[in-house]
Amino acid sequence: MGNLEIRDLNQSFSKDDGTRLVVLDHLNFEVRDKEFVCILGSSGCGKTTLLRLIAGLDEAQAGTIFLDGVEMKGTNPKVGMVFQEYSLFPWRTVIDNIAFGLEMQGMAKEERYRIAEHYLDLVSLTQFRDSYPSELSGGMRQRVAVARALALDPVLLLMDEPFGALDAQTRNMLQKELLDIWEKTRKTIVFITHSVDEAVFLSDRIIVLTPRPGRICRIFEVQLPRPRDRTSVEFAQVRREVLDLINLNCSIQ
Amino acid sequence: MGERRDRRIMGTRIQKNGKDRWLGALAILFALVIWEIVAAGIIRYPFILPAPTDVASAFVSLVHSGTIFLDLQASLVHFAIGLGAALLVGIPLGIAMGWSRRLDAFLDPLVELIRPIPPLAWIPFAIIWFGLTAWSAGFVIFIGAVFPIIINTYSGFRGVPRIFVEAGKMLGCTKSRDLIRYIAFPAALPSVAAGIRIATGVGWMCLVAAELFGVSNYGLGQKLWWFYNLHQMDSVVVYMIILGLIGLAFDMLFRYYIERYFLKWRTGEVA
Repeated sequence: MGNLEIRDLNQSFSKDDGTRLVVLDHLNFEVRDKEFVCILGSSGCGKTTLLRLIAGLDEAQAGTIFLDGVEMKGTNPKVGMVFQEYSLFPWRTVIDNIAFGLEMQGMAKEERYRIAEHYLDLVSLTQFRDSYPSELSGGMRQRVAVARALALDPVLLLMDEPFGALDAQTRNMLQKELLDIWEKTRKTIVFITHSVDEAVFLSDRIIVLTPRPGRICRIFEVQLPRPRDRTSVEFAQVRREVLDLINLNCSIQ
Repeated sequence: MGERRDRRIMGTRIQKNGKDRWLGALAILFALVIWEIVAAGIIRYPFILPAPTDVASAFVSLVHSGTIFLDLQASLVHFAIGLGAALLVGIPLGIAMGWSRRLDAFLDPLVELIRPIPPLAWIPFAIIWFGLTAWSAGFVIFIGAVFPIIINTYSGFRGVPRIFVEAGKMLGCTKSRDLIRYIAFPAALPSVAAGIRIATGVGWMCLVAAELFGVSNYGLGQKLWWFYNLHQMDSVVVYMIILGLIGLAFDMLFRYYIERYFLKWRTGEVA
């Protein structure tokens, strides 16, 4: 299972002049099991803050986060994360990066390599098993990062603009691959992006956040059947719909 | 950092090009010839400047008598004590200060206060505390070597990208001990190794000075001074060259083995 429930989530930081900057303001939403949800918003709308709270890397000022009905405190092996920046450990080979979480669980070498190789195969990087991250391209590194997060078999996968630093072609390819992986592994995915195109291509639902304070502006259901074709009329229509609504209601003041 | 990188660039350049290496050997040969001409042809007074040939024959007789090996052994023991203690104290201290802000605030003023005292200024207390033993030479070397290790370990830990620690936490590495062992230490290792390399150089310099004070009857630095008192300057030069060559050997060890190991995963990250 992977039911995520966000209740009354608040986060603010104190500024130098003594006032408080409200980043997230009474956020409420749910992500159903096996759902692919994109959180869409311009930079500074608190989407990374939100993801870090769900990940347990930061603590919320108020509000609760439930995973399958259980309140989450701190990091949790049931929740995997793929970061925006390159987060692979450069001193470990690809296979040892993927096996890291299993190693922390105290799993024997043979067993953890067997599992890691399965995920290495899933992201089609088998021939780079013993390479170091510095020898890989940006796209390959993010694929390894996905494999590393999946190796612990989390129910919820958090992705913080994971393809943001990649060129458009690599990005489109990785989006397709991610959908394949999602079909195969059936994880709940919460994916952060500022790209409408990416959100429409990937998600079942798009949660649009307004900036400062971060509130939910709209939630879209994307009904398009998969595989989606970026160049199709229907795709363009949904894209325009989302863009129009954002421009109308959710833009920066 | 800059100095270290420059030296590595020089190192790889010499390594890469065979012709350059011959040029270097040629320069050494040239210097030896000039030295021989000046010493044996112009000065003709071995006390002021012994000729390379005098030095070579002094070397042969020193090897025959065998004391040179006892000296080498004694010096290496002093050095091992000093550097070993510096590693045992410096690395944990650097880790503690780099990992915990409170320990840093607690220990930093103390470290900064003791650090500027030149290691050689500790020689009187070294002798009082440890007597004329290998431990007192080791202590002076320790003082010289421990600070570069502390400082580099500390800055290596401070420089660990937060993303690595967070990625580790997401993957179930949550205890401080595990985060240090599996994330922070490997991430800081190049900096720690650079500190050890600097410490090796400083420690080797302190060795000669510490041994000059006669902490034992053997030792490269001790013999250097002893032969000076006997006015056997050719033997003094032999010991100078041996000290230089061993210092070089330590540095090569780092350059060729340890840095090569890091280069495997650091290429593209530094350049």
